Amino acid sequence: MSSTSSTPAVAMEASGLGKRYGRRAAALDGCSFRLPTGRISALVGPNGAGKSTLLAIAAGLLHPTAGTLTVLGGAPGEARDRVAYLAQNKPLYPQLTIAETLRMGAELNPARWDAARAARIVEQGDLDPKSRIRGLSGGQRTRVALALALGKRPDLMLLDEPMADLDPLARHELMGTLMADAAERGTTVLMSSHIVAELADACDHLLLLGGGRVRLGGGIDDLLAAHTLVTGRGTPADLAAHTVIESRTAGRGLTALIRRDGPVGEGWATEEPSLEELLLAHLRAPEAPALLTPGTTAPEAVTA
Amino acid sequence: MVEYRIDRRSGVATYVQIVQQTKQALRLGLLEPGDKLPTAREVVEATAINPNTVLKAYRELEREGLVEARRGLGTFVRRTLGAHTADTPLRAELDDWAKRARSAGLGREDVDAFFTAVLDEHFPKGDQ
Repeated sequence: MSSTSSTPAVAMEASGLGKRYGRRAAALDGCSFRLPTGRISALVGPNGAGKSTLLAIAAGLLHPTAGTLTVLGGAPGEARDRVAYLAQNKPLYPQLTIAETLRMGAELNPARWDAARAARIVEQGDLDPKSRIRGLSGGQRTRVALALALGKRPDLMLLDEPMADLDPLARHELMGTLMADAAERGTTVLMSSHIVAELADACDHLLLLGGGRVRLGGGIDDLLAAHTLVTGRGTPADLAAHTVIESRTAGRGLTALIRRDGPVGEGWATEEPSLEELLLAHLRAPEAPALLTPGTTAPEAVTA
Repeated sequence: MVEYRIDRRSGVATYVQIVQQTKQALRLGLLEPGDKLPTAREVVEATAINPNTVLKAYRELEREGLVEARRGLGTFVRRTLGAHTADTPLRAELDDWAKRARSAGLGREDVDAFFTAVLDEHFPKGDQ
C-alpha cells in the first residue's frame, strides 16, 4: 500500500491495446495505461465502453486484436494462479453444491487456497454449504463467486460489476471483506461498476474508458486535484487558458469544470469537484482530451 | 475500541471524518493515552472504505502529535484533548462577536457565509 515510492511496481500495463469483434466498431482501440501494484482501481465508462472486454483480456479469456497487455509481469493467463477474475454473469457449476464448489476452488488452487476464509464468506451470508448453486439467488451466487475469488488469495483481482445484484447489507459486508484483504495483503483490484458512491469510498485509483481508450487515469485524489469547478460572472473566453471539460450558464454567469493551466483569474468561486461530478462531466463530454497522471501513462505502442 | 461511522452524504472527506471522530473520542475520554486505535484492516472491514484513507487519517493524527505508530504493534494514543477548549477566551470573543452580528441584523446564514469565508482565508483547504 505504499504510495511514496517514485516508480511503483506495475500490476497491469496496456500498450495500444485493441479488440475488434467482427466488423463492429472496436471495443478497445489504442488503449494504453499502467495500473500500479496495490491500487484499488475503479473501471468506469458508459455501457459498451469496453470494460468487460478489458477485464476478459486481462484474465486471458479473450485475445486482443492489437497491442499488448502485461499482467503481473507476463502475458495474460500466464499468472493465472495469482489472478482472480469474476465475470459479470458469475459463472458457476449449477449442479454443484456450495461445499463442492469450494472444494473445487481448493483442488484448483492447491498452493494458495485459504479454506477458512472462503468458508467464512459463505457463512456470513447464512448459506447452507449443502445447497446447490442452481437454487441460489443472483446475490447468493455472487457471494459464492467472491468466496472462490478471495479464497484463492490472488495478487490481482479482476471484478466485473461485482456488487450489482447484492442487497445493501451484503454489498457493505463483501466490500468490507475485499478492503480488509487489500489492507492485509496489498492486493491490486480492478473493479468495474456504475455505482459511483461505492467506488468513491473503496477505490483510490480510476480508469475511465470511452471510445475504446482511457480518458481519465490515475489516483483519484490526483485527478480531482487537477480539476476545478468554477462559478462566476465571466464568459467562456475568460477560461480560454484552461481546458474546459464542460460549461453551462448559471444565472448571468457560468459554471464550468476545468483542468487548470495556471491560476484561475479573479472573480471566480472555485471548488474541487466530487468524483461523481468529475465522472458525469466527462461522460457528458466525450470529446474532452484524455488525462493520465504520470504513474498511469504507458508508452504508446509503436504502430504504423 | 472506537468504531468509526462514515457518513457518505456529509460532504466531509472520509479521512477527515476519521480524524474528527478520533479527536471527539479523545475529548470525551473514550480514548486515553496508551489506548490502541483499530488497525486499518479492522476499520476497512467494518466500513468498506479504502485502506489508504485510514492510513491517511492516522498519519494526520500522528502529525498532530495525538497518536504514534509503533512498528508491528499498531497505532497508540499519545495524549488527550482536554474538554476545556469550550471555555477559552477565544470562544468568549467569538461569542461576543456573534452577539454583535445578531444585533446588527445578520441572520444565521449571513454569519455562516462570513465565518466560512474568514475560515477559508486563514485555514486554506487541503492537506498541506
